[in-house]
Amino acid sequence: MALPELKHSTTEARLAALDLPTGGCLDVARRAALSRVQTMGLPDRRDEYWKYTRPDTLTAVEAPAAAVFESGEAAMFDGFDRLQIVFVDGVFDPDASDDLSLEGVSIERLIDLKDKDIHWSKDIYGVLEARGQIPVERPLAALNTAFATDGVVVHVTGTPSKPLNFVYRHGQENSDAILHHVIKVDSDAEATILENGPAASRFNHVIEIDIADRGTLHVVRSQGRDHERRAATHMFARLGQESVFKSFTLTVNGVLTRNEAVVEFLGDDAVAHVAGACVGDGDFHHDDTVFVTHDAVNCESRQVFKKVLRNGATGVFQGKILVKEGAQKTDGYQISQSLLLDDDSQFLAKPELEIYADDVACSHGSTSGAIDEEGLFYLRSRGVPEAEATNLMTLAFLAEAVQEIDSDEIAASINDRLYGWLARRG
Amino acid sequence: MAALDQFEAKEGVDQETVDAVRDVSTYKYGWNTDIEMEYAPKGVNPDIVRLISDKNEEPEWMTEWRLQAFDRWTGMKEPEWAMVTYPKIDFQDQYYYARPKSMEVKPKSLDEVDPKLLATYEKLGIPLKEQMLLAGVEGAEGAPAEGRKVAVDAVFDSVSVGTTFQAELKKAGVIFCSISEAIREHPELVKKYLGTVVPASDNFYATLNSAVFSDGSFVYVPPGVRCPMELSTYFRINAENTGQFERTLIIADKGSYVSYLEGCTAPQRDTAQLHAAVVEIIIEEDAEVKYSTVQNWYPGDENGKGGIYNFVTKRADCRGDRAKVMWTQVETGSAVTWKYPSCILRGDESQGEFYSIAIANNMQQADTGTKMIHLGKNTKSRIVSKGISAGKAQNTYRGLVSMHPKAKNSRNYTQCDSLLIGDKCGAHTVPYIEVKNNSSRVEHEATTSKVDDDQLFYCRQRGMDEEEAVALVVNGFCKDVLQALPMEFAMEAQQLVAISLEGSVG
Repeated sequence: MALPELKHSTTEARLAALDLPTGGCLDVARRAALSRVQTMGLPDRRDEYWKYTRPDTLTAVEAPAAAVFESGEAAMFDGFDRLQIVFVDGVFDPDASDDLSLEGVSIERLIDLKDKDIHWSKDIYGVLEARGQIPVERPLAALNTAFATDGVVVHVTGTPSKPLNFVYRHGQENSDAILHHVIKVDSDAEATILENGPAASRFNHVIEIDIADRGTLHVVRSQGRDHERRAATHMFARLGQESVFKSFTLTVNGVLTRNEAVVEFLGDDAVAHVAGACVGDGDFHHDDTVFVTHDAVNCESRQVFKKVLRNGATGVFQGKILVKEGAQKTDGYQISQSLLLDDDSQFLAKPELEIYADDVACSHGSTSGAIDEEGLFYLRSRGVPEAEATNLMTLAFLAEAVQEIDSDEIAASINDRLYGWLARRG
Repeated sequence: MAALDQFEAKEGVDQETVDAVRDVSTYKYGWNTDIEMEYAPKGVNPDIVRLISDKNEEPEWMTEWRLQAFDRWTGMKEPEWAMVTYPKIDFQDQYYYARPKSMEVKPKSLDEVDPKLLATYEKLGIPLKEQMLLAGVEGAEGAPAEGRKVAVDAVFDSVSVGTTFQAELKKAGVIFCSISEAIREHPELVKKYLGTVVPASDNFYATLNSAVFSDGSFVYVPPGVRCPMELSTYFRINAENTGQFERTLIIADKGSYVSYLEGCTAPQRDTAQLHAAVVEIIIEEDAEVKYSTVQNWYPGDENGKGGIYNFVTKRADCRGDRAKVMWTQVETGSAVTWKYPSCILRGDESQGEFYSIAIANNMQQADTGTKMIHLGKNTKSRIVSKGISAGKAQNTYRGLVSMHPKAKNSRNYTQCDSLLIGDKCGAHTVPYIEVKNNSSRVEHEATTSKVDDDQLFYCRQRGMDEEEAVALVVNGFCKDVLQALPMEFAMEAQQLVAISLEGSVG
């Protein structure tokens, strides 16, 4: 079916401005992704899946300018023992990065695959993304698969001694980065990935995660504080039997963020938690879009999203639990909550359930409102000043999401950032 | 069904009630009335629209209004977003107007109505004689000793057959008649309110309805009047290949109150039939309207053959401060249901409530829910939706709660629970929540589960068979909604819940 005129011209203009990388084992995947984008067209505001978020700046030919923000504070995971992989405006920086060798994991650059005709990543690159296009189209992810200029392919074979830390630095005002990572976790292997930084003025990010039976992967990310940055991120995870996948995302500032997570259970008895906390002030639009598909027996999924909004900030949550026929004993949980600190901010939510199996327990909840006056009164009656009391109540509200992080150390550093944001705003 | 065979009447309940209740088994309204009908030619075009307008002896402005709607409709597309699938409807392969030949000359009173038509309603248990009361209620527990009066407007295919208790209602100042009569007798009211809640351009089906609606009910309750009895409309589709497009307009003026009941049935046929209704309710300051529906259109057979496609637009506009509306619906029939009774809470402190039970069995598909649009300050809404899926049915709750920036200090509470019986059916929840101020509180909860094994075991242990036990558990699951129904309906609805699930166990 032909695309509507406007969609067609937007898509063609964007594609014309990009060069399709060629050579090596990913050629087929890239070409297939290009054809997907051409068929689907890039999103526009008439698309139901973009009802609450305007995608025009994400699909425009030029990335809107975004000033590089110097916060003066240390990068998120600087104090941690980690293997650092640095990208500046979406380009790998070998000098700033650590040596890529670590026991239990192999790390290669995506662009080095152009010289290889055979590589394990061929079975994942663009494959999980393509699976994630059904039943809802995610054209920006397909665009990424086709045109990604950098990224890493990571094969976790054991249990590395320290986390991998992808650091995304923002260097230039008009940078437009398209990064694509592939993470393969073998049976019984376990790893943690930390991501932080704004990456670029406009960031299109895809991470495809394939976890084999009994494998475990933790992902914790903190998106940069640059006020004018824009990001469209996609996380595609496929889970084998008894595997565990946990992700947490912290978002502080950023004029536009759309984080999509697509999780698919293929093996029985697996667990997936997807969580996020965001705090937004003023010109801030944050969209969490999550799609969890249960296609196996006795799996557990949790979605926990908390948003604190003020001064006209907008928070969006679109979450879905799909339980396919036969996916019995599914335990699906989803909560999305917003705390509106003033009358100008808004929360728009679409928490969905689609269930085709009868022996399941699925629930979702969504709430929105102001700070609880009674809690505030309690704290103040015990001598806590009002500003402090409000901050405490706000942190307590966000705590349920932060608690989804298994590591206490990481959770504590996330809480520090949140408290910093609150303190700066008094 | 076992539960009904063993039905034991409580003391004080007469045999007639017991029989009436026992009768409510499977789809008992599947018979048709053999009556000579007069049809408009098949299909829809401006001539048909004019013909319908002409048959209803409508003034020129009404015909114009219809034609404009038709013109708009030709440029509209059928909505595809609902989670329902059905073969493409050929809108030109339907009759848009069918009336019993005997209704050609309008009967002056019910006494002149064709006895065959009266017999049809009698068989349906709908009292068209004023001395009769709604079947199954007389003497029932809780009913006042003298019985409860219910005024009925009976719509048969495209025309209203008659309206009871008109004289008594007139004394109270209440106007209750068919909409065609209202257009003739009270054009100023119709002109003032028609299309102000559901505009002629609202959506595909509402626009089609605006062009071709043939009849329906009209209610006007004047300021300060508490309607002395429940009003009720009973819709019956009889003719084959005929769409029913009824239009209901209810106006509750300042400080008034009315409770309105709606029931619907259709004969069992192999081909699907179209039903696209529009209900508009206007509620002024301090007025209150209760609108209850028991929708029991023919659902099609267990293989999905036949049944009614039910595409309905219902909306209430709380225009004045402290206006109140309550929608209660029990949706057990129809092959496809597409229906979202909504509340526009415009007046400050106005209130909207939505209680729904949607039961889908066999091949039925239901996509239903509500919209609560909070515009005024201190407005309140409450949504309780219970969806039950069995067989190969699909049941979707779709709803919107919207808090506008000016709707300060408003509240919404939403609860939608789904129950799955069997592993071939589906239950879905698609809520939209839009909050644009921080003094309002919105809470949404949804759960999906199966019939609790412990509860079933408990019932079985006490000697119930499995089907009875499921019916009892399901009735418990629906209790919140059943309690919101007027007593006349609650009893029928409770039985319907059990019946709709028949054969879904084991």
